[in-house]
Amino acid sequence: MESDSTIAGIASGMGGGIGIIRISGSKSLEIVGKIFRTRKFVDKNGEKLKNIEWDNDYFVKKQTHTISYGFITDGSSVVDEVIVLLMKAPNSYTREDVIEIDAHGGPFVVKKILEVLLKNGARLAEPGEFTKRAFLNGRIDLSQAEAVMKIIASKSNFALDSAVKQLEGSVSSYIEDIRQELLHNLGFIEAALDDPEHYNLDEHRDDILKDIENEINKLNALIMRFNDGRMKSEGINTVIVGKPNAGKSSLMNLLLDEERAIVTNVAGTTRDIIEETVYLDNIVLNLVDTAGIHETNDLVENIGVDKAITYIEKADFIIYVVDASVPLEQADRQIINLIKNKTGVVLMNKSDLNVKLSEKDIKNKLNWDCIEFSNETKQGLRNLSEYIKNSFLHGDITFNDQVYLTSIRHKEAVEDAVRSLIQVRDTINLGMPEDFFTIDMMDAYRKLGLINGETASEDLVNKIFKDFCMGK
Amino acid sequence: MSYTYESYDVVVIGAGHAGCEAALATARLGLKTLIFTVSIDSIAMMPCNPNVGGSSKGHLVREVDALGGEMGKNIDKTFIQTKMLNTSKGPAVHSLRAQADKKDYSRAMRKVLENTDNLVIKQNEVAEVIVKNKKVTGVRTISDAIYPCRAAIMCTGTYLKARCIYGDVSQYTGPNGLAAANHLTDCLLALGIEVRRFKTGTPARVDKRTIDFSKMAEQKGDTNIVPFSFTNIPEELEREQVSCWLTYTNMETHKIIMDNIDRSPLYSGNIKGTGPRYCPSIEDKVMRFADKERHQVFIEPEGNYTNEMYVGGMSSSLPEDVQYKMYHSVPGLEHATIVRNAYAIEYDCINPVQLKATLEFKNIDGFFSAGQSNGSSGYEEAAAQGIIAGINAAMKILGKKPLILDRSQAYIGVLIDDLITKGTNEPYRMMTSRAEYRLLLRQDNADLRLTKIGHDVGLIDDERYNKLLEKERLIQEETERIKNVNVGAKKDIQKILEENGSTLLQSGVTMAELIRRPELSYEKLASVDIDRPELPVDVKEQVNIAIKYEGYIERQLRQVEQFKKLENKKIPLDIDYDDVYSLRLEAKQKLKKFRPESVGQASRISGVSPADVSVLLVYLEKN
Repeated sequence: MESDSTIAGIASGMGGGIGIIRISGSKSLEIVGKIFRTRKFVDKNGEKLKNIEWDNDYFVKKQTHTISYGFITDGSSVVDEVIVLLMKAPNSYTREDVIEIDAHGGPFVVKKILEVLLKNGARLAEPGEFTKRAFLNGRIDLSQAEAVMKIIASKSNFALDSAVKQLEGSVSSYIEDIRQELLHNLGFIEAALDDPEHYNLDEHRDDILKDIENEINKLNALIMRFNDGRMKSEGINTVIVGKPNAGKSSLMNLLLDEERAIVTNVAGTTRDIIEETVYLDNIVLNLVDTAGIHETNDLVENIGVDKAITYIEKADFIIYVVDASVPLEQADRQIINLIKNKTGVVLMNKSDLNVKLSEKDIKNKLNWDCIEFSNETKQGLRNLSEYIKNSFLHGDITFNDQVYLTSIRHKEAVEDAVRSLIQVRDTINLGMPEDFFTIDMMDAYRKLGLINGETASEDLVNKIFKDFCMGK
Repeated sequence: MSYTYESYDVVVIGAGHAGCEAALATARLGLKTLIFTVSIDSIAMMPCNPNVGGSSKGHLVREVDALGGEMGKNIDKTFIQTKMLNTSKGPAVHSLRAQADKKDYSRAMRKVLENTDNLVIKQNEVAEVIVKNKKVTGVRTISDAIYPCRAAIMCTGTYLKARCIYGDVSQYTGPNGLAAANHLTDCLLALGIEVRRFKTGTPARVDKRTIDFSKMAEQKGDTNIVPFSFTNIPEELEREQVSCWLTYTNMETHKIIMDNIDRSPLYSGNIKGTGPRYCPSIEDKVMRFADKERHQVFIEPEGNYTNEMYVGGMSSSLPEDVQYKMYHSVPGLEHATIVRNAYAIEYDCINPVQLKATLEFKNIDGFFSAGQSNGSSGYEEAAAQGIIAGINAAMKILGKKPLILDRSQAYIGVLIDDLITKGTNEPYRMMTSRAEYRLLLRQDNADLRLTKIGHDVGLIDDERYNKLLEKERLIQEETERIKNVNVGAKKDIQKILEENGSTLLQSGVTMAELIRRPELSYEKLASVDIDRPELPVDVKEQVNIAIKYEGYIERQLRQVEQFKKLENKKIPLDIDYDDVYSLRLEAKQKLKKFRPESVGQASRISGVSPADVSVLLVYLEKN
């Protein structure tokens, strides 16, 4: 609601060729000035900053309605090559200082740039906030503003839906558990404050402190997993399947360009699931290498197989690696049964020249395209990249771009909650009375509620009455 | 046949805790006021617990006092025990509570009313509030007398169509067997006002001579008396105090209740009204908290004039024979004679979301409502609404700005905002956890928060106002001084630190930093603060709090700033929500029903999302 803050948001849809990040407000020029560098400040590969003094007032000094070419940087590293459009107040959409950053990178890069902006003092724009400012500053009239707001309202509902869906399951119940724990302590403290002749808080200080510390740890763990999860949620969940020793790990390593998975010729050495993130021409793949699927008596491997099946269910895209040197076997039939309703591609591993399997043999059982592939010559890797990219761009593979906004919000909310809980911890350690605890505990409770889309207004009072026998 | 009698500026219906404050406010503001009561002898009667104040309720009493109300002064005159609760906790939750001599309390208030200029007391029942063109023009009594008036304030408490119940016994009376008011509900319904039925209850009163106090724990009052009213000095209020007593229910009590639960009108369905969760009956407690082995029972004197003792914690509507068994199972009450049975009471009240923050009905000009008839519970909640309704009725007639306290200014603001914005499904009780900014809304600074407002309104005289200004000045000067006093690691200081178990100084700090240490205080450092001026106790207390909790107070102040931004965005009364077409349907319906006065209030209505608030803001900027 503060109109003096500088806001940033993604103006383009995701998945297109160019991502546009817009930033508006009195600090726009200053913030982008800090993180932008022209060509001569970056080494020739566009990877590192040169050690030359940069003028943060670059955009302040620059004339309005000009275009700058350069790089967005994060600390000493370079995030992406961009084109920056400068529109100074009042000659902009919002009548404030506006900068648009055109990044040619994919969703990951666009998000990364947004994050850098937020880190440098911008605030994430609320849905419709650019339009609201345009309207408040007299740039557009109400009917225009309302038309835009209407679209935004429906969009934000959708975003909420998808956020809730995304969170159904582990994250939301994880957060809910923490909220309930907080609420219980809140209820207890407030009940005791309200009815001090009945409930006694003495000797509970240490227990409460323990709970708070536990909650801080749990939330911090979540923030770390969120960073992880965010990257994943923007990528295509790609699962590599195939019977033991078909060449899955070798493929993974080729894609990763590093020896991460254990590769041997003993069937069944990939004991667990290996996950990696891979960029193929600006498309992000969350790559999962599964254990080979076959009947096994090895307990450890069995666990891996169970996991593999779960991953297949969740996958956006599957790469099925078959060893072309042997005909289809029972294990292949099992695999095909698991994956036949998914989207994917068959990779015919022809590393061995003694080919016993044709494309036709597979097509009979699984109606997917086949790509010929050889580990030794890396032949086919490029074809695979092209295939995945085209499938994505044609919409055969989809993922939800709305997840992005909500997830940064969630992270911010959890971080806010942690800050509040640290305040509670300090309050307890300072030896302050219990009524000071609840001020920040309630804050943390509300912040976490934002994630699950819940409001707090009557929760505490209801909790007090539900769990504590109050009054005369 | 109806006839028109004398006309008044304001008519107050009911002379309970809300009605008394309302009538005193309008009369003191120079308006000709008539107050109706069903019984002159029951002015400011306390039909339930014999005390005033307690957690968060004590805050309300002090706020009423700071605005120029009477409740604080009246309890100061008539208390027989006083106690500050939560003293081991932070200042925000310190709560003053006093046991009253019920008869004294009632008589003292009656005396004030009787001797207030512009105020006439009349024993009669009002049957109708006369409304013409959506505007109050007068009231009509059951004797068909019409009293024209410019404003009417409904303070009917639990009297509307009241019914008292225990076991199979059901009597259509108000509390304590007083006459119920059986006519006004029909008039409210005819005026299109939504009426609902609430329930509350009270425990038995037993004869003191039949109680074995040796089986109970004595609960004495504080020797250090803190007055409720900021106008009183502790020394002048000293008097002999009486004790309360603590005992407990036990498994046998609970068994008696469970064995007879089918005979409870609460569970048989005979009582349909919604009861308060805060004051559950003992049968409710036993049913809902089955794993609790015992519940507290406080035995409290009803006054010095009587042997009746109030059995706090055991309100009930069980049949008389069960009541006997149940009370007799409690240690110390084995042979107790019950003077009055416990009973539940059902009554009509209005849905408070129909009111503005001034406590005037949104749809009826000049018609105000305050107290239990608004769905609240408690004497203090009633008094708080009473004074606000009285002030606003007066402001309206005098053509002045209404008085609306917001959530950051007073518990009264929280109370009224909760009632009118969120509504309530049970008799609403104040709680400190309902106040978001409670660190600012302390009982110790109610005068600093509200005396100026009381003065602006006209209920606080210049003398009291000037005293307040002087107090403010002293607090400010001393706080500033303390922040600039440097303390070195000198011997006398180290000694005090050691005595209080505080870390010794390595280098110099300010006096303020030392006061902030939990184990120290302004008072404890007096001897090492050489230039400290002589100051009144209440000033010292404020300085201590301001310094000690500065960081927390500042954070709350920042929260308040955020809150005020939306609060100050007013919504025009004639807004057409259909015109704001990007609002979600649910939000639109809620906003149409509640018609909030500000965007802040709108944001607190359940069903109005942050996105709806944004849409509303955009719309308002344009218009």
